[in-house]
Amino acid sequence: MIKNISNLGDAALYCDFGNDVNQKTNFKVIKYFKHIKKKNIEGITNLIPSYNKLIISFDLNVVNFTELKKKIEDIKFPENDIRRNQKIIKIPTCCDDEFALDIERLSSKLNLTKKEILEKYFNKEYFCYMTGFIAGMPFLGDIDEKIRLERLETPRVKVPKGAVGITEQFANIYTFESPGGWNILGSTPTKIFDKANERQPTLICPGDKVLFYEINKKEYFKLNGNK
Amino acid sequence: MEINKITVLREGVNSTFQDLGRNNCYHIGLPFSGAMDKRNYLIANKLVGNKHNEAVIEFAYQGPLIKIEDGNINFAISGDIKFNIKKNGKLITGDCYKNYNLSKNDEVDIISTNNSVYGYFAVSGGFDLKNNFGSYSTHVRSKVGANNGNKIQKDENFFIKDFKDKHVNKSLKYINSKIEYIRILKGTNFDYFFEQSIKEFTSKEFLVTKLSDRMGMRLQGSKIKNLKETNIRSEGLIKGVIQVPADGNPIIMLSDHGTIGGYPKIGVVISADYDRLVQTPSGKKIKFKLIELKEAEKLYKLYQMETENLLSQI
Repeated sequence: MIKNISNLGDAALYCDFGNDVNQKTNFKVIKYFKHIKKKNIEGITNLIPSYNKLIISFDLNVVNFTELKKKIEDIKFPENDIRRNQKIIKIPTCCDDEFALDIERLSSKLNLTKKEILEKYFNKEYFCYMTGFIAGMPFLGDIDEKIRLERLETPRVKVPKGAVGITEQFANIYTFESPGGWNILGSTPTKIFDKANERQPTLICPGDKVLFYEINKKEYFKLNGNK
Repeated sequence: MEINKITVLREGVNSTFQDLGRNNCYHIGLPFSGAMDKRNYLIANKLVGNKHNEAVIEFAYQGPLIKIEDGNINFAISGDIKFNIKKNGKLITGDCYKNYNLSKNDEVDIISTNNSVYGYFAVSGGFDLKNNFGSYSTHVRSKVGANNGNKIQKDENFFIKDFKDKHVNKSLKYINSKIEYIRILKGTNFDYFFEQSIKEFTSKEFLVTKLSDRMGMRLQGSKIKNLKETNIRSEGLIKGVIQVPADGNPIIMLSDHGTIGGYPKIGVVISADYDRLVQTPSGKKIKFKLIELKEAEKLYKLYQMETENLLSQI
């Protein structure tokens, strides 16, 4: 199912699953990722799944590109459907003006009212394609076609922790204060990344389903205070 | 048991605890981190009799000023570093690649690096720290690693684990090697760029700009022109990857890079040249040379043999 394996530098395999970015392709990536991770193959130091690629980095003292490529090609992957183990995670989100930093921009560019945008946003189940860039950040899709917009022309130097943003076909949650260019429409008090929980530090994992639901400011601060 | 305690009187620049790095966390968005210059890190630990993955203090350009608050410490500094020691009130000029014993009220003042970026301060027994995800390596952006994921601050205290062999003198004759070229392999989007741009990329000099840190090295030189697409679908990154954003200025991913990126990859620095790459200070120029995978693997074996040979001399 991997279309092609090439080298990324001298210490990583670059596995290409095709050009399409959709859930079907991504499920294949996640399946390979999970299976290879479970096998604990000697020399592999990191696995980085994304929409349609899987990068496998390795320790050059233990194995080299040709040897590891062969090992990966020889693995028999199970036929099971990982969708059966999908978790559903509910994320409370407050879209008060204080948090919806780009709602005006979205409203004028998309020619929709604030209410219409939020309705479309909340009325959908999302799929987690990958996590990363910053620790625990989930890349979720696909958002309603009518609320798709490109990134900000000038990215923010600081997007606050907890910010919920959208761009193109995707939504995400800023797990840390970070620079970023996504259109921010709310904030969640939910802790998405917990470094103290080393076994399962991320609340949302690739392959999971995510539902957002709206809360008011009072509920937001109550949840935030109880964190 | 004796208490060995130090106080940081001046924090230096980007001083953090680092070890060999963090495995198996890229998929949750945590980079490998770890000591930027692995060889100098390993040498520093060996000089004080530590196991090879003990945490050390890494600093950039200027190191901390450290006072021994209580007990004794045995330390060594690796890199190309200017430093002074104040022992029993007397000032001594320090030498890298050599261990020193200090007692209560003595000080180490790590003044600056010479024509390089990173240096390492290791103590016998190691620092008494909490690890995170199996590593002491600090990643400041996600607040992960030793010292609660923070840079080392002024007035902080650290404890040092008990150690034996306090008075064994160890040293190494070593001069940090420089190379003319940083050798690279073709990146996965090599064919996204104009032939002329690739020619310039692999023959002209590029300036290491001030916007370089543990996350990445931003270069300036000939603009690398894209003929296909200036963005790709976001995908994984590893250290050493050279991305070219729309403005045509290459960025090399270093140990604390974001784990996912969406710029085309023109090349990847070979593993054998990484230590030397990261030691190139801002304001200096570097040149790239394109080689093949087999040669990169051979060069890594050589690098590894050299490192092991150096460690065996201590």
